[in-house]
Amino acid sequence: MADDDVKLLKEQLSRQKEEIEKLKSLLQDKLKLPDVFTSDNDDFPTTIPAVNQLDKESIARYSRQLILPEIGIRGQLLLRKTSVLIVGCGGLGCPAALYLTAAGIGQLGLIDHDEVEISNLHRQILHTEARINVQKSTSAAYACKQYDIVLDATDNVATRYLLNDGCVLAGKPLVSGSALRFEGQLTIYNYKGGPCYRCLFPKPPPPETVTNCSDGGVLGVVPGIIGCLQALEVIKIAAKIGRPCTQRLLLFDALDGSFKAIKLRQKKDNCEVCGSSPSITELIDYEQFCGTRATDKDKVLTILTPEERISVQDYQAIVENGEPHLLIDVRQPVELEICQLSQTINIPMNSLSKEETIKELKEKLIPQADRPKTSVFVVCRQGNDSQVAVKLLKEKLKQLPISIKDIKGGLKAWARHIDRSFPEY
Amino acid sequence: MTLPVKLEFSGGAELLVNKVRSHQINLPNNDSKWTLRSLLIWIRDNLLQERPELFLQGETVRPGILVLVNDTDWELLGELDYVIQENDNILFISTLHGG
Repeated sequence: MADDDVKLLKEQLSRQKEEIEKLKSLLQDKLKLPDVFTSDNDDFPTTIPAVNQLDKESIARYSRQLILPEIGIRGQLLLRKTSVLIVGCGGLGCPAALYLTAAGIGQLGLIDHDEVEISNLHRQILHTEARINVQKSTSAAYACKQYDIVLDATDNVATRYLLNDGCVLAGKPLVSGSALRFEGQLTIYNYKGGPCYRCLFPKPPPPETVTNCSDGGVLGVVPGIIGCLQALEVIKIAAKIGRPCTQRLLLFDALDGSFKAIKLRQKKDNCEVCGSSPSITELIDYEQFCGTRATDKDKVLTILTPEERISVQDYQAIVENGEPHLLIDVRQPVELEICQLSQTINIPMNSLSKEETIKELKEKLIPQADRPKTSVFVVCRQGNDSQVAVKLLKEKLKQLPISIKDIKGGLKAWARHIDRSFPEY
Repeated sequence: MTLPVKLEFSGGAELLVNKVRSHQINLPNNDSKWTLRSLLIWIRDNLLQERPELFLQGETVRPGILVLVNDTDWELLGELDYVIQENDNILFISTLHGG
């Protein structure tokens, strides 16, 4: 009986699969899009069908770039037979994918491990509100091999080293872009004798010096511009035109409205991956190498003991019972303008260790007849900085008869468990 | 004779020097010639606000910072041993990783 059921289900499954394939190819024909592969699809591209001429419709579609002598039919056919892997479908990857598709790149692979979040939408312009929480696509990093050109549009150091090594090992150029706040950077690694990422940065930066978009912020149009420039460099490599941005680093300063191109070193003979006797001959553990996770997601720190922390529920009870206490918010002033709890005093993280700050704080905390012992609570966005702050304050204020705790999970927890209307950012 | 140079900080490195991106400075008279090695020490003692380890590691810049002299990678110029010339433009870039 069970065998029959299995057989029946298998038949049903294979019929459905055929149906899906049929629908996919119908849709493809209707949309006339290039083949877009995602990594949850097993069918990575192997070969692109050879095309020796453009049909009438393609000529009409690409006419404005066809009449550029640098592109012409020759360049357009080169674009048609080039496959490009875009890693990271975020602020850089979205505009790059749009323009490469529009320019007639033959095959586009998209990889991202992430899900769409509402805070992404101001820069990741392919996604919409309706698709929040949908998988962007699941990841398979050494797919580098299957493509002609790889575009690094990722948001973290570990994946950048991974792609660099993957491209060096596969012998593919890596078009790398990055953006933060009002600045962007662009270069091509591992191409025409230029350096690879490791030639420039043999050692990863200390994790505490790395700022991601979720902590540092970014103006959406900045990765938009860099992503478009990445698409441009891909087109130049594919059509074999112009002077590709290899051995040069292009810096974009959005506030100043200026670009600057900087001359970089050549590829280094003693580079661990692209040098003449490399020690890295296969992909390694990049999260371990960098000491950070391969994501720009907010990490959760645990520095304090449970006794040194208070839950948002318990803090709410303290407020409702009118128990005297001091609430210190250690975020930046610009963040307090977004949202804050009532009766907060603001001491940003970077001024916490300053002598005058501690002096002022001590004056506030001098024991008085009606309150022999003061409770101090420290809050931040999500409960990481607040722990660091508690540790520091405990050290600086250890002579005072006070208790210092941080609010676990910060304002994010407050918004989720206490006040649903409280903003999250 | 002091030595006028322009120092620039970008990519987040400016946050270590009071958020000021461009510094026109005059390096004081020195017995030996000013090199990038001695400049880094001068920066540590005169410009860095706090936490010098976010800029320096040992006698050189920490991993992740690129040094450019007149828009050229310092690696092409002798790195720490490069002798600073009058009106050099020295840029410290922290690489970005966001996207």
